Amino acid sequence: MTEPATVYLDHAATTPMLPVAVEAMTAHLRDVGNASSLHASGRRARRVVEESRETVARALGCRPGEVVFTSGGTEADNLAVKGIYWSRRDADPRRRRVLSTAVEHHAVLDPLDWLAEHEGAEVELLPVDERGRLLVEALRESIERDPGSVALVTVMWANNEVGTLQPVDEVVRVAAAYEIPVHTDAVQAVGTVPVDFAASGVDALTLTGHKLGGPYGVGALVLRRELSVTPLGHGGGQERDIRSGTLDTPGIAAFAAAVEAAVKAQPEHAERMQGLRDDLVRQVIEAVPEAHLHGPQLERAATDRLPGNAHLGFPGCEGDSLLMLLDAHGIECSTGSACSAGVPQPSHVLLAMGCDEEQSRHSLRFSVGHTSTQADIDAVVAAIVPVVERARAARR
Amino acid sequence: MSGGVDSAVAAARAAEAGHDVTGIHLALSRNPASYRSGARGCCTIEDSNDARRAADVIGIPFYVWDLSDRFHEDVVEDFMDEYAAGRTPNPCLRCNEKIKFAAVLDRALALGFDAVATGHYAQLRPGDDGLVELHRAVDDGKDQSYVLGVLDQQQLRHSLFPLGDSPKRAVREEAARRGLLVADKPDSHDICFVANGDNAGWLAEKLGDRAPNHGGEIVDSASGEVLGRHEGTYGFTIGQRRGLRIGRPAPDGKPRFVLDIEPVSGTVTVGTREELAVDRITGLDPRWCGTVPTSLTGTVQLRAHGQEHRASVTVDDDEVAIELVDPAYGIAPGQAAVIYDGTRVVGSATISATSRVDVSP
Repeated sequence: MTEPATVYLDHAATTPMLPVAVEAMTAHLRDVGNASSLHASGRRARRVVEESRETVARALGCRPGEVVFTSGGTEADNLAVKGIYWSRRDADPRRRRVLSTAVEHHAVLDPLDWLAEHEGAEVELLPVDERGRLLVEALRESIERDPGSVALVTVMWANNEVGTLQPVDEVVRVAAAYEIPVHTDAVQAVGTVPVDFAASGVDALTLTGHKLGGPYGVGALVLRRELSVTPLGHGGGQERDIRSGTLDTPGIAAFAAAVEAAVKAQPEHAERMQGLRDDLVRQVIEAVPEAHLHGPQLERAATDRLPGNAHLGFPGCEGDSLLMLLDAHGIECSTGSACSAGVPQPSHVLLAMGCDEEQSRHSLRFSVGHTSTQADIDAVVAAIVPVVERARAARR
Repeated sequence: MSGGVDSAVAAARAAEAGHDVTGIHLALSRNPASYRSGARGCCTIEDSNDARRAADVIGIPFYVWDLSDRFHEDVVEDFMDEYAAGRTPNPCLRCNEKIKFAAVLDRALALGFDAVATGHYAQLRPGDDGLVELHRAVDDGKDQSYVLGVLDQQQLRHSLFPLGDSPKRAVREEAARRGLLVADKPDSHDICFVANGDNAGWLAEKLGDRAPNHGGEIVDSASGEVLGRHEGTYGFTIGQRRGLRIGRPAPDGKPRFVLDIEPVSGTVTVGTREELAVDRITGLDPRWCGTVPTSLTGTVQLRAHGQEHRASVTVDDDEVAIELVDPAYGIAPGQAAVIYDGTRVVGSATISATSRVDVSP
């Protein structure tokens, strides 16, 4: 529940459901029928799922058979990273190297750690530049050192913390020369920047509902038909035998409606978000001159950065204090860093970008989305000066 | 909010009294799993979740503050140093002095809060001279004024102890009535960063090269005879009786107690209970809750949950001389002597030396 006064600027964490998605979901919540059942009710549910699959495929530029519904981004990332690794290694035991970046989401980094620890994978997290963008040359060198030993490459489409768009097209070009499959976590990208699966040349792509106006708990791995993937879980053999489990018909219907609407609205949506974001960044820096934008700067933002992301550093402040003080003003944002037991850790993304531990703790991520308005930006600008002063005092 | 019942009810009462309350859980361990696991203790993920749920039920915002570095520096390191020096520290006092009512309070004040409220059982009352007085809780069994005896007037002015007027049982009942799921959670008694209360084991592992010795002799005070060996003086506390592992009984058949710990030579001296008796105590680094006294007649408490001893106290700058009316037993340097005038806490000092003047026949 968000109270009326809430200024919600954490759309990169989750964004409100679009009305079309709520409608699609509620329309099917009372329907009975397991999509795997053979009777009429089952066929009706199956039809909803398959129409949803076609809708998602149309929106993303893939074939319907390439859409594997999952419980969300984390499952899709795990399925891609582990499933492709297992399958490629089983086909050729030399393939143990997995190449990725130091700025991936934990839904990719942690499966990679697990593979290294339990499955003999050799994980290489390739460096990024100071804006958080993969150094493609490092990837090329790593592949060319021994192309036959690479099981897969996984590089996110856009970074969730600092909003940096990764050079996925260049990654594909480098990897494709050696027929190495490429997975991309596009959870932050779909609906905010143009994403076309076929045109991108990637072999697997993760997306999730709640980041684009769909429900929680449903997402998809788009998987090139020819690519063999070892399943994580075993059961009823749904979803090409890759992802067993009874299909969530209302969730999938809502997810598809959201994907369709978000992708259709993407150009105007991005332009509007970018306008709000740019205004937020400029006004905050004007009010707090020491503040600075992490990641690609505004002049390059149109091509290099997610349109809704403003990741700002406030020297001399703890991100936690800033977040808490803004929260008390009804302004909701994020420190953008991962938590374990609620204990904030310095962001691995900022550390990889060359920030020191101090710098990696003084940041806030504001992310605008489809419900954001100029009034939200104005509220931040009105609150930020006293909040920064307080947070700075709390550091001493 | 530790995740226990007391701080949960304290937060609920503060909120109900009309304060604008924010719940803070302190992350005190650098690695949440490393110091301690299990439902009791202050450093586990489960405790942090319990605290969060309590804040939800009360309807207040909740955050985790990472004070692990400060805690390690000011409390854990101090704990190790003190044991290495043959003293017996009380880390809860240190934590109140340096963390809860210093690091946390300072940060809270800077962020615009007015006070830190905790679930300690103690009472604050307005004094005659405009000062805030710290008093014992109404529940004798739960009174925690001892571990708050290090707070000065400035700290007390920004403190709230909403549980001081209630017996523990009432607090548990109130927690249940308020729908706080921690109502039945067991009390924690041990040191929060030491697993299973195994002080000696923890110190043996953590002290490593910093231990002043890794063993020495256990010597009888009367005969000077070596009665056994031990694996490190840090495993002992003055007045300790258990775990001496002296092979043979004393000639008089009476139990033996630790009388003295000598960290450099590693010698632990043991003797009879009578030899433990002291009536002169010197305390250093005093902390005063209000006006600094020059001398007074009152009571002192010499360990957490210890008894009150009638005493006269003389203050000379940074040194506090305590004369007990009746001897006390097993008084360990490093512990705090907390000085009371009736139920009011006057202040505290760290026990540095003890002796016996009046040896009765």
